[in-house]
Amino acid sequence: MTVRTYVRLFVAGFRRQSTYRLAAFGGLVANATFGLLKVALLFAAVRTSGGELAGYDVAMMSSYIWISQGLLGSINLSGRTDIADRIRTGDVAVDFLRPVDVHLASVATEVGRSVFALIPRGLPSVAIGAVVVGMAVPDHASAYVLGAVSLFLAIVVSATTVYLVGAAGFWLVETRGVAILYMVVSGFLAGLFVPIGLFPGWLHAVATATPFPSMMMYPVDILSGRVEGLASLGIVGLQLFWVGTTVAAGQLATRSGRRRLEVQGG
Amino acid sequence: MVDLTPYRAVLASRVRAQRTYRANFLLDLSSSLLVGLVELAEVWVVFRSVDSLGGLDLAAVVLVFGLADLSFSLADLAFGHCDTLPTYLRAGTLDVFYLRPQPLLLQLITSDISLRRLARAAVGVAALVAGLAMNDVPWSAGAVALLVLAVVSGIATFAAMFVWAAGAQFYLVDGAEATNAFVYGGRYAASQPASVWSRPLVVVFGFFFPMAFTAYLPVVTLLGLPGPDWMPDGLGWCAPLAAIWAWALALTTWRTGVRHYQGGGG
Repeated sequence: MTVRTYVRLFVAGFRRQSTYRLAAFGGLVANATFGLLKVALLFAAVRTSGGELAGYDVAMMSSYIWISQGLLGSINLSGRTDIADRIRTGDVAVDFLRPVDVHLASVATEVGRSVFALIPRGLPSVAIGAVVVGMAVPDHASAYVLGAVSLFLAIVVSATTVYLVGAAGFWLVETRGVAILYMVVSGFLAGLFVPIGLFPGWLHAVATATPFPSMMMYPVDILSGRVEGLASLGIVGLQLFWVGTTVAAGQLATRSGRRRLEVQGG
Repeated sequence: MVDLTPYRAVLASRVRAQRTYRANFLLDLSSSLLVGLVELAEVWVVFRSVDSLGGLDLAAVVLVFGLADLSFSLADLAFGHCDTLPTYLRAGTLDVFYLRPQPLLLQLITSDISLRRLARAAVGVAALVAGLAMNDVPWSAGAVALLVLAVVSGIATFAAMFVWAAGAQFYLVDGAEATNAFVYGGRYAASQPASVWSRPLVVVFGFFFPMAFTAYLPVVTLLGLPGPDWMPDGLGWCAPLAAIWAWALALTTWRTGVRHYQGGGG
């Protein structure tokens, strides 16, 4: 019975997002513009290094750019969520009265919203990349299946991690500062502007010790065929580890936060 | 002569308000500092892996970044609040602004002065100073004049971008992200070597939204670097013309937008 509830919430999130068509169009314009700027800079970087830079040739760089741009609508890199607002205003007290798990319900809705965003923002971005610049693709069909799994896990990790920012509000009330911090760090370490393969060793180590590459870099690596075979299974395993860790942390934070909950105003 | 007393009173109250919540203000300041540092790191990661890109080496791009970031953050300090216009439009609270005896645009600008953005300007200043020290700048009265001209025109150009975006919001409302592509995409473009751009990017960010004039072209003129093909010698001196064009575009869009607005129906 309970699983069906969360599936329904997932579908509700999906349908809610489908009503904001103009917003989706605006997002697509932003994706394409930033994508073309990244193409100009990173292609030039690959070409001046003699056609290969840190394992990236032009086609693979193109895949990285357009798949990661396409993911932007589905990955929460702003740190802002509905649940954060509800915790700040105290509305979450009403959510606790409902016969669902506040944490899982919030994550299910966010994941539904994010999966929908793949249609108006993800697919067109990849199409622009494939038509205008050309892209590298994996050699084996199995990589697409694994890539789809990895993509879904990326969306889930994003939702469960950003939930923790909102949950910090049980103690801090105002989480805007934390959200800005999250916004700055998550995009950079997820590999939004530069693939983390180009980072110097120490910075690469810092990035891989966080859940952020699981949100963008890893599925992109699998879908572009940069990482193949056993290594790609390892990546999915790492994503599963981060899903487990962040879900556990979210459950813990929600339970102890509930005891600290202050309802604002009356 | 216009009486500026009411504006001064409003601005002073904004400054006092932000300094009241000391902890939050300090967190805001450090987040903004981090935003600037991460943006510099994005540029650094790319340029450290190549000798030079589009005619710029690491030293020269630090100078470009410093100029662009200083101008952008100072424009953002005063005009960044224009970004919240869609929120006012959706909630219908913009109508309140019409009841006050001050011009709409000036009210929007003075409704928030984000002092935290000074921290970002500090990163810009540091990068600018470092850039000037790292490069072999042919110091003369002309060089100083070129730099001052670039900063002043750069601030004006970025400020115009915010006003243009606000004007377009009257039509877009939910599609606000479309303008972000050019305002924040413009900031991203401004710190890149424009010589690597494709023709459409040159049209959009070189001339229509004159981002190349805010930092890249003045630096090319200052250091006597080989510029892109489409650049006549000394184009860096034309930054004020670019600023005037940007403001013409901004004010036209703003006036059309305000005329289009029909009220929130409150």
